[in-house]
Amino acid sequence: MIKYTNEHEWLRIEGDIVVIGVTPYAAEQLGDVVFVELPDVGKSFSQNDDMAVVESVKAASDVYAPISGEIVEVNDVIVEEPSKVNEDPAGEAWFVKMRVSDSSQLDALMDEAAYKEFLENV
Amino acid sequence: MSKITFTGNKALQIEEALIFEVSDFSRTGVDLPAPTGKTTRLGGVARESAIGLPGLSEPETMRHYVRLSQKNYAIDMGPFPLGSCTMKHNPRLNEKMARLPGFGDIHPLQPEKTVQGALELIDTLAFWLKELTGMPAVAMSPKAGAHGELCGMMAIKAALEARGESATRTRVLAPESSHGTNPATAAQCGFTVDNIPADSSGRIDLEAFRAKLGPDIAGVMVTNPNTCGLFERDICAISEAVHEAGGYFYCDGANFNAIAGKARPGDLGVDAMHINLHKTFSTPHGGGGPGSGPTVFSKSLAPYAPVPNVISENGVYRLVESLQATGSEDDGVKSFGRLTAFHGQMGMFVRALAYMLSHGIDGVAQAAEDAVLNANYVLALLRKEMTPAFDGYCMHECLFDDRFLKGTGVETLDFAKAMIDEGYHPMTMYFPLVVHGAMLIEPTESESKHELDLFCGALLSLAKRAKAGEVDAFRAAPEHSPCRRLDETTAARKPILRWTPPPTVNEVE
Repeated sequence: MIKYTNEHEWLRIEGDIVVIGVTPYAAEQLGDVVFVELPDVGKSFSQNDDMAVVESVKAASDVYAPISGEIVEVNDVIVEEPSKVNEDPAGEAWFVKMRVSDSSQLDALMDEAAYKEFLENV
Repeated sequence: MSKITFTGNKALQIEEALIFEVSDFSRTGVDLPAPTGKTTRLGGVARESAIGLPGLSEPETMRHYVRLSQKNYAIDMGPFPLGSCTMKHNPRLNEKMARLPGFGDIHPLQPEKTVQGALELIDTLAFWLKELTGMPAVAMSPKAGAHGELCGMMAIKAALEARGESATRTRVLAPESSHGTNPATAAQCGFTVDNIPADSSGRIDLEAFRAKLGPDIAGVMVTNPNTCGLFERDICAISEAVHEAGGYFYCDGANFNAIAGKARPGDLGVDAMHINLHKTFSTPHGGGGPGSGPTVFSKSLAPYAPVPNVISENGVYRLVESLQATGSEDDGVKSFGRLTAFHGQMGMFVRALAYMLSHGIDGVAQAAEDAVLNANYVLALLRKEMTPAFDGYCMHECLFDDRFLKGTGVETLDFAKAMIDEGYHPMTMYFPLVVHGAMLIEPTESESKHELDLFCGALLSLAKRAKAGEVDAFRAAPEHSPCRRLDETTAARKPILRWTPPPTVNEVE
């Protein structure tokens, strides 16, 4: 199941782990990504904390933790090759995997249909 | 540059290679005699290969640097509309004063009695900065705006420590549109940063701000006028609310040029504010320096200001260098220490005071009025084809978003590059981040109506061309510059940070 935030992040739910990345819309808005900074594995975040940094030719932007939880894995591929964020934001260029601490937060996020509607009004 | 002439030059636009690429050791312009006397004492660490300095005759050296300087764009060549940067004309009088030997040829370690004039100048400038801001104290040593912010926030930290609240008051509020240095400074001082949302008019949402206050608030950092070029009308309510919550009010003084001589931050409840001498008081900047960011303090923060500062006793000026140097036990001085090795940017002090004294208070106020007038004139003219980000009047800079480019295929970046072909330095792009495809234009007060008409004419023509479907021309811009569109993405992703000589040069020993 995929969920979306109004900060243009996607979350793929795999049991008590969620895979988190930015949406193609976010990648397009950022422009060419040139630098990605990811958190350390084991670090815990509360929902909406600054979790990662994405720098493009336009600006540096924070990526917020879409839910509360602990980082269990990060995707070093996008640190080595930031261009992947533009090439395949919804697939290969995932950012982190998190262990969910409060699964009720997931229920409040948008599903695909809701996110599509949200995009139309951006 | 594509080679269209034998030399690669385009008339007076000279193609200039790096100095190491045009040099030849045999053409070296100096001929020093070989050293005699002592033999080297370097032993095993003596250099074995040639040092590889460039070799040019004196006129070739002169030409190289003059040609490079001609490739630069400067306020002396044309309008420099970078929003938030305040690229002011630098009056030549200031330069003349800064080069007087009594200011230009002195050293910070000279005995005080030999630099009385320089110390008096620092004291006089400090007096006028306090007068213009309505604040009782000023630290002169910060070397730039962000350094001044650090100075102000360190004073807030010290004040909280003195109150025994540094462990509990840990949160600093800053608007989403703030300069990036604001949250960075707060984080550097160990605070956490919390965003204040804006309302639909581009200003701080007062109710949302009040809702964020609490017993853990250390302070608020607000720029006024803000980075959207708008005056924060609720500034007094903001300062009252933060004081009531037990926090301090840091004002980012980057845009003080819009209100200098018109309003005093001290009257608005500000506790600390840096003043960019290199913006408001016209000292030259760009390319990374030299800035100067004296920071003024309210009565509640004044005891924590850093040393050194200049005081005068019976007509003799001296520097207070240590924390207890004022002599009395109960003088209340609890300075957080020292920010820099010496007293501050002396050359900038001289220029700033020369600007102030040559303009007078009426001139300083008129500079602020004209800055606001010029920005509103530009806003009114450009409104015909471009889309202002917010309704109403602006202060010293006007902000546009990219709605007028919607559907044209032209982006803010392309628009800016096309401005280069028209002979203009682009405005600030993609900042503030709260506005989509932002274009922030600060025309500065010294531009005449003629210059502004020409500038706006060029932008209106570009906007019309974008809407007429000339997207390919925009994407290819700039066409007439020495270098065409640079590959910023590859430059950022795979930067080459070191020049390596072509092999042929290396093999010549």
